[in-house]
Amino acid sequence: MTPGSPRAEPPAAGRAGRLALRALARIGGGVLVLWAVATLTFFALRLIPGDPAQALLGGPGSQASEEALAAVRAEYGLDQPLLAQYLRQLGRLATGDFGSSYALRTEVAPLLLSQLGGTLLLAVLALAAGWVLALLLASWSTRGGRVGERIGSALEVVGAGLPHFWLATVLILVFSVGLGWLPPISTPGPLGLVLPVVTLAVPLAGFLGQVMRESLLDALEAPFALSARARGESEGGVRRRHALRHAALPGVALSGWAFGYLISGAVVVETIFARPGLGRTLLNAVTERDVPVVVGVVLLVALAYILVTVVTDIAARILDPRVPA
Amino acid sequence: MSALDVRAAAPTGAVRVRRAARAGAGEWLALAFLAFVVLAAVAAGLLAPADPLAIDPANAFDPPSLAQLFGTDESGRSIFARVVHGAGTSLLIGVAATALGLGLGTALGVLAGLGGRFVDFGVNRLLEVLFALPGLLLALFLIVIVGPGTLTTTLAVGLSTAPGYARIVRAQLLTVRAAPYTEAATVLGVGWWRKLRRHILPNTLAPLLALGTLGVGQAIVWASALSYLGLGAVPPSPEWGAMLAAGRTYLSTAWWMSVFPGLFIVLTAVSGTVLGRGFQRRTRSR
Repeated sequence: MTPGSPRAEPPAAGRAGRLALRALARIGGGVLVLWAVATLTFFALRLIPGDPAQALLGGPGSQASEEALAAVRAEYGLDQPLLAQYLRQLGRLATGDFGSSYALRTEVAPLLLSQLGGTLLLAVLALAAGWVLALLLASWSTRGGRVGERIGSALEVVGAGLPHFWLATVLILVFSVGLGWLPPISTPGPLGLVLPVVTLAVPLAGFLGQVMRESLLDALEAPFALSARARGESEGGVRRRHALRHAALPGVALSGWAFGYLISGAVVVETIFARPGLGRTLLNAVTERDVPVVVGVVLLVALAYILVTVVTDIAARILDPRVPA
Repeated sequence: MSALDVRAAAPTGAVRVRRAARAGAGEWLALAFLAFVVLAAVAAGLLAPADPLAIDPANAFDPPSLAQLFGTDESGRSIFARVVHGAGTSLLIGVAATALGLGLGTALGVLAGLGGRFVDFGVNRLLEVLFALPGLLLALFLIVIVGPGTLTTTLAVGLSTAPGYARIVRAQLLTVRAAPYTEAATVLGVGWWRKLRRHILPNTLAPLLALGTLGVGQAIVWASALSYLGLGAVPPSPEWGAMLAAGRTYLSTAWWMSVFPGLFIVLTAVSGTVLGRGFQRRTRSR
């Protein structure tokens, strides 16, 4: 919708109110999803072969005595019926008690909170960098005629096909081993963040760029672009004021997906660059079968995913007045 | 630049469609590379006669040369032979995971699209739950339950792609059900079952070929990521992700150990995307 077009806008206050109601409804739905995830993880974990009490005492090799096993069962409520265990688990999760780690012998919730910041910083920076890269690429490649379009499309496809672990390896080879400009492991400080952020941002930009270029091309051929040109607006003005907003819409809609993609990528990137964070904690927990930590990360990521989708859903409605509130 | 010039310079929809119908050089290259990978998967010995597991310590860490195209690793094994012999594992995991994801996704999508309001609601809530667990996270969770290995990797990648496919299939099914030709069939008195079989399902499932081609490349990327993390195929089996992980220790001295297996993952993923998008453009322009 072009600015200043003759269209009866609903009163702003009514729209804002409906948006708030919608946000509330989405948050309510999100709580249900969280409950479903918690239930799914609880019952899926009962499928693990072997005795959980045994795992708590250091695995099958530990040769724990029968008394020690019984004590652990009583402590963790493992001797109670499944339903009682499930309700107890739900009650604990609702109060933010994620239990304690098998391997590290610490509370899970404070452990995860201490790791969350690093991963969020990485993900937010990568998301921003990916967005900027994708928008630059999309607007550049739709400017240069057929050759530009071809080059842009090729860059996007190659970018999207780059696995994080290989891109990271090549970046380390070039910038750390070869040129010696950047540290191969993520040291504290901005310099150590460059390679991890670039590793996450480039494939993301490849995916986002493909979608944005398509919608930018469509927008440049749309009637509103033609009418803006007919009003004597420059080509740059048409792009800046009208078309780019359209190009951004599918990108915003994809943010929930992008968040999940970045979290998946963070597992790999944090491991390669030896960077503390949620991803690396999760991988260590998986290799050690540290169930409470794994469940904690799964729930925390699901919660974050729901928040991101609620925010982007509302953002898309603010950005695009055609979508009903 | 005046408005008219701009209209003339920008390709119109019709021109874009006509241009899309031709296979470009990129698509031929992608096809050629995938043909090479498939040949490597079915007849590795033909392309690389060297034994991918044969140890030759005298020739360890040989850089790439005419005799050793991709160099050798820490035990003197030929990287080229290992990459070629690893194609089978990587491709099999990619194809099996995509088939699983597509199959499950299609079943869920068709169920949601045809099953009426309540089934649709239920399936959609299930998909929302699955979407809240990003790909690698779901895979790692599955590994905790079942234990690591190639089979788990395939299962995990397949399962984590299913919700995405389900959404696409459901949307496509709803579009086809509302399409004029379906309405015409209803008006002409075509029975429910016949309409489903002759009109709705074929048009819903046609785009899946393109989606599958796009998916195999990405499935290989994620499966090799799990191997790289030490949770999929394990050394010394020549799987691409596992080879990269093995090369990590020697990164500063033997770059070829990491670069070449990774290059094959990238090229496979890119070729799949190029071909898949080609299919997509062609089905759309018809």
